[in-house]
Amino acid sequence: MSLIENINKVFDHRIRLGIMSILMVNEYADFNTLKELLDVTDGNLASHTKALEQAEYITVEKQFIGKKPNTRYIATKLGQVAFQKHIDALEQLIKNKD
Amino acid sequence: MESKDYLKDLTEIKDLMNRSSRFISLSGLSGILAGVYALIGAAMAYYIVTNSARGYLILDGIIFNICVFILFMIAFLSVVTAIFLTTRKAKKNNEKIWDKSSRRLLINFLVPLIVGGTYILIILEQQKYGQSGALMLIFYGLALVNASKYSIGDIRYLGYVEILLGLICALFPGYGFWLWVLGFGVMHIIYGTLMYYKYDRK
Repeated sequence: MSLIENINKVFDHRIRLGIMSILMVNEYADFNTLKELLDVTDGNLASHTKALEQAEYITVEKQFIGKKPNTRYIATKLGQVAFQKHIDALEQLIKNKD
Repeated sequence: MESKDYLKDLTEIKDLMNRSSRFISLSGLSGILAGVYALIGAAMAYYIVTNSARGYLILDGIIFNICVFILFMIAFLSVVTAIFLTTRKAKKNNEKIWDKSSRRLLINFLVPLIVGGTYILIILEQQKYGQSGALMLIFYGLALVNASKYSIGDIRYLGYVEILLGLICALFPGYGFWLWVLGFGVMHIIYGTLMYYKYDRK
């Protein structure tokens, strides 16, 4: 069924879903902001951002603020479209169940 | 799995979107109150000016100073109310009020606003006061549009409306007072009410 096709495997995880949700409504978010909002460990967050980066749904900007390294994540156009499709598919599935 | 999990996913998405850009939702009630202050202030100024000996506003003299004082009071009360209501709301939802997203929002809002305010004071000093209503609306609108980049969409539209009213006001300076009332009073109340129903009321 085409409905299931729109469910995106890349988003099939709570944390990835969370990262994308935040990046949809914010121009960018840095590592610590994501960590705080999602309540996850460094390693966990890093592995999920990497997965999204590999899918080219987000881009990563590394820079220094003073002496501290700072990593920013930004949703790509592709990622925003894919995420929107995913949400629409979820909503459709729920509607059809009722 | 299925239905229940998907529903939970959606709830979580919504929650994160709200929490990560929460500063949009400060505006509901504080927007309404800012509008009310502006209307009360405008009514007071209108009453004082029309009942003065001249019946219109000139730049020096006590009546002008009272009007400037009213203007500052409106701004001051609006800011205090916004801070108070936002803090209360953030505490209730267990959120931090002063973090990167709120700081970014505030800085981007204040830069055009302070530049505009200073500019208006400078030209008032030079006796050019015909455009000050228009300038207030335009700079405030620009500040809102600028700040809207750091939260979800809605204040951008309020910003556009204020800019538009400011430009109309520049064309028809005679209606400056009424356009000011429309922009700072009525628009705030409409916007605040919309936001209140959209975000605050659960």
